[in-house]
Order: sequence, then C-alpha cells, then structure tokens
Amino acid sequence: MNLDFSLIDWEEMGQACLDTLQMLGYSAVFIFILGLPLGIILFLSSRSKLTVMKWMYGVLSFVVNILRSLPFIILIVAMIPLTRSIMGVSYGVEGTIPPLVIGAAPFFARLVETALREVDRGVIEAAHAMGASTFQVIRKVLLPEALPGLIAGMTITVVTLVSYTAMAGMVGGGGLGDLAIRYGYQRYEKEVMIVSVLIIIVMVQLLQMLGDRLVTHFTRK
Amino acid sequence: MIELKQLTKTYKTRNKPTTALANLNLSVQKGEIFGVIGHSGAGKSTLIRCINLLERPTSGEVWVGGVNLTSLGQKELQIQRRKISMIFQHFNLLSSSTVYDNIAFPLTLIRTPNSTIKAKVMELLSLVGLEEHKDKYPAQLSGGQKQRVGIARALASDPDVLLCDEATSALDPQTTDSILNLLLDINKRFKLTILLITHEMHVIQNICDRVAVIHDGDIVEQGPVAQVFLKPQHAVTREFIYRESSGQNAYNLILPNSNKGFTQRVKITFLGEQTYDSVLSQIVRETGVNFAILQGTISTIKQVPYGQLLVSFEGDPAGIDQTISKLRARNLDVEVMN
Repeated sequence: MNLDFSLIDWEEMGQACLDTLQMLGYSAVFIFILGLPLGIILFLSSRSKLTVMKWMYGVLSFVVNILRSLPFIILIVAMIPLTRSIMGVSYGVEGTIPPLVIGAAPFFARLVETALREVDRGVIEAAHAMGASTFQVIRKVLLPEALPGLIAGMTITVVTLVSYTAMAGMVGGGGLGDLAIRYGYQRYEKEVMIVSVLIIIVMVQLLQMLGDRLVTHFTRK
Repeated sequence: MIELKQLTKTYKTRNKPTTALANLNLSVQKGEIFGVIGHSGAGKSTLIRCINLLERPTSGEVWVGGVNLTSLGQKELQIQRRKISMIFQHFNLLSSSTVYDNIAFPLTLIRTPNSTIKAKVMELLSLVGLEEHKDKYPAQLSGGQKQRVGIARALASDPDVLLCDEATSALDPQTTDSILNLLLDINKRFKLTILLITHEMHVIQNICDRVAVIHDGDIVEQGPVAQVFLKPQHAVTREFIYRESSGQNAYNLILPNSNKGFTQRVKITFLGEQTYDSVLSQIVRETGVNFAILQGTISTIKQVPYGQLLVSFEGDPAGIDQTISKLRARNLDVEVMN
C-alpha cells in the first residue's frame, strides 16, 4: 500500500477540525440545555405518586425512546425542513446542529435520569424533612449529588456526537467525517481518510480523558 | 407537643392491603424524651415518618406544636417541617458537601445571611465536637462522627422537636452510648422534645422518660420507663426486657423442687437510692427468715438506680408473710410469684 501524505490539503484538514469542534461545542451546549431539564422531569415523574405525573412519564418516555431509536441519518433528512426554518440552511455546520441536538438530547436525558436515580433516596428524603421545596431539592441535593454521574453522561454524549458528526458528512454536513467520506471513500484518497480518522480517534480519547478527570475530581465517595 | 389521633396507614401491595398502623393514638409532652420500641415490621418506622408526613397517613390526624399538619398544604407543611428535625439510621448526609455545608444546609434553604450561618454552624460544630473536621466530606468520617453531623444539622434550624429514626442502630455500642449522651445533653440544654424509635431496650433505658411498645401497628403498652421496664405487662415488652438483660424470663424460670420445707418466691423491686441500702438483710434479721437469690439485676434507668431481685424465702409461713409486709412498708415493690 503506497501512501503519499503530501497529497493532503492541510488547510482543509484544519478547517474540518474546526468545523467538527464547532458542531460538537454548539450542539453540546444545546443538548445540555434541553436534555438536563428533560432528564430531571423524567426522573421526577417516574418517582411521583400522582396519576398525572405517571401519565406524563409514559408519554415523555415514549417520545424519548422514538427519538433514540431513529437512525441518525434518517433524522437528519427528516429534519431538513425544520432545520432550514431554524438555521436558514440545512447543510454545513449550521445545518447539522439541530439534528445533532434533537438526536442526542433524548439520549443525554436518559443518562441524566439514570444519574439522578443513583442519588441516595435517604438524602432526598432528609431534604424534604427539612422543609426543602421540590426546586430546592433539585438544585441543592439532586444536581450536586449526581454531578459526577452527570459529567460522565455528558462525556458519553459528546463522544457519541463525534460519530454523529461523521455521519452528518454523508449529507454535506462538514467537518472531519465529511472529509473522510468525500475524499477517502468517494475519491479513494486513503491518506485523507486515515488522517481524519486518526484525528477523530485522538479527539475522542482526549474528550474521554477530560471527562474521566472531571468525574474523579468531583467524586466524594 | 406531638399528638397522633386515630392514625391509620395501609399500604396497597399487589396481593392485599397491609396495615402498618391501626388507629394509633399517641401523645408526647413538651421537653420529654419519648421512646417507641418495637420489632421490625411492627410499624415504628411508619409511625415516625408519619409525624413529619414523609408518609401520608391513610386516615387520622398529626398535631405538632398545636398545628394539625395533616390539614396543611405543601407550602405551609414545608414551613412547619423546619421546626421538626430528624436524624436517620444511615445519617443521610450530602456526600458532595463538607461537614460545614451539611450543617449549614437547613439554613441555606431559608436564605439566611452567611455571617449568621457561620456563627450558628461553628457553635454547633463545637457542641458536637467536630470543629477540626469541618472541611471533611462525610465519606472521610466514622459512623459516630456522621451521626454527630446529622445531629448538628438537625439542630441548625432551632427545632422544637427532634425525631430519631433508629439513630444508633448502625453504630457500635460505645459510639451508641456517646450519641445517646449527646441526645440527653441537647434535650436538657435546649428543652428539646425528642421522639425516638428503636428496637434496642437499652436505648430506652438510658435516655427516655416515657416509652411506648408498638406491636402489629398499635401501641400495646406505654408509661414512664421505670414502670414499663420494671413491671412489664405485655408479652412483647417482657421479651424486649429479658433479651436485653440477657437473663432468663423470671416468669419462666425453672427451678429444682427443693425439700427445704416451706419456700416462697418473690420478686422485689428497688428504685432510687434505696437500691444501695441494706433493707433486705435488716428485715430478714428481724423476722428470722432465710433467703436465696435466684436472679438479680442492679442497673440504672436514665441515671436512676434500680434493682430487681428474684429471691426464695425459706422459713415458717407467718415469718415470710411478715417479711413481705415489712418490705412493702419500706416502699419496696414485692410481687409474690407461683
């Protein structure tokens, strides 16, 4: 196998890296903003004894499951009209962010729900016994106690996003995945594919390491 | 201070409804330490959790400090709960917060200024003897220290009532005693009403003023600790007491048939300073009756000494009768057995 790395347009590669990081960064922010409250609502409604809340859990859980089982590539295509009305375009970095958010927020919400379930029931009960309101229990007990779990969940989500952004390349989404597919897969330029994939691997490793460090830092048990 | 009226709690389980509390009535006076003892499953846990409405009773009323908690909405209940603190078997501290922040927690719920919080927390830290541990996390503390943090946190909101849910059951005997002494101390110092539930008789014996025995969701016996402890009426109560004293149940004691002539078994109970007096030997010298001690205990109930002797008198029946009436004349409780 002959490889000639001089064929690579490093400027384009740099731009692709930047694009991927932008997609990751922006969508991570929106995933957090949407997924955290959704996860909290899932958690609270699953524990509630009220019939209304039980119904709500059923409905939300169903919607979340549907969004999670939809293949991401189909979600991108299905969301094109919505994406266009929000971002003005349905391709490129901007066009990829809404499908990424809608695709990954339910996933993150589930991870939030799971992390909150890990919080000791006794501590939540103690806070209620001290006269804490539901909002105070969320802010002062659930979130701080579940913090390592939430960070771990966000790490998993962002790592999953990396592979999602690669898929976005299929529909002209931009970024490293796009580069790997267009040059490597469609034009048989193995070198570009190898370098893009290597960069993606390094990116995932770094993200996972950062996440793990933060989890360790915030774990008090 | 605490008034439970016709309290009933039933759980709907898949097969059949289970009754945890059945028409239970209970009244706890201001400033006393009231103990509820029962086996696991007797309903004591449900009982204490109904007082701050962590569990909603199926029917009945809960009154604390003259307020009917069962009639309140969520907001008012939250306000009332600040005056009813609770400590737990498994401490239930925030693992992500330091000792200091755990104790400050109830105060941060009501937007207390930081300077006030600091003064209060430092005062409580010194009360429970944990000043040098204030920046540690709960995972770095021993069980006894965690419960001290729990107690300090419970006191931070200046409560009227302290509920103790098996607060010493996860601790070793020595630590248990130090926690009990701390509870006794804060009860005296702050005139705090304490309601505790336990399955250990020595907890009741050490610090409680009054005790109730709960069995199958209802109270089967209650009264001042000395009375219940020394003259238990209900079978469940007796079992708790004799298991604790590691002695045999005096009522079931099997003795060999003696052929020493007439004997009479009696149980003599001493309470207070009298316990250390030579009453028995003075009286038998006067009446000429001999005695053998079959079983005996001398201990304290909340720092008041008591003694209980199971003796067998030997002699002529008239002398024995005279001995018994002389003992009674000295205000000793004498129970004639057989």
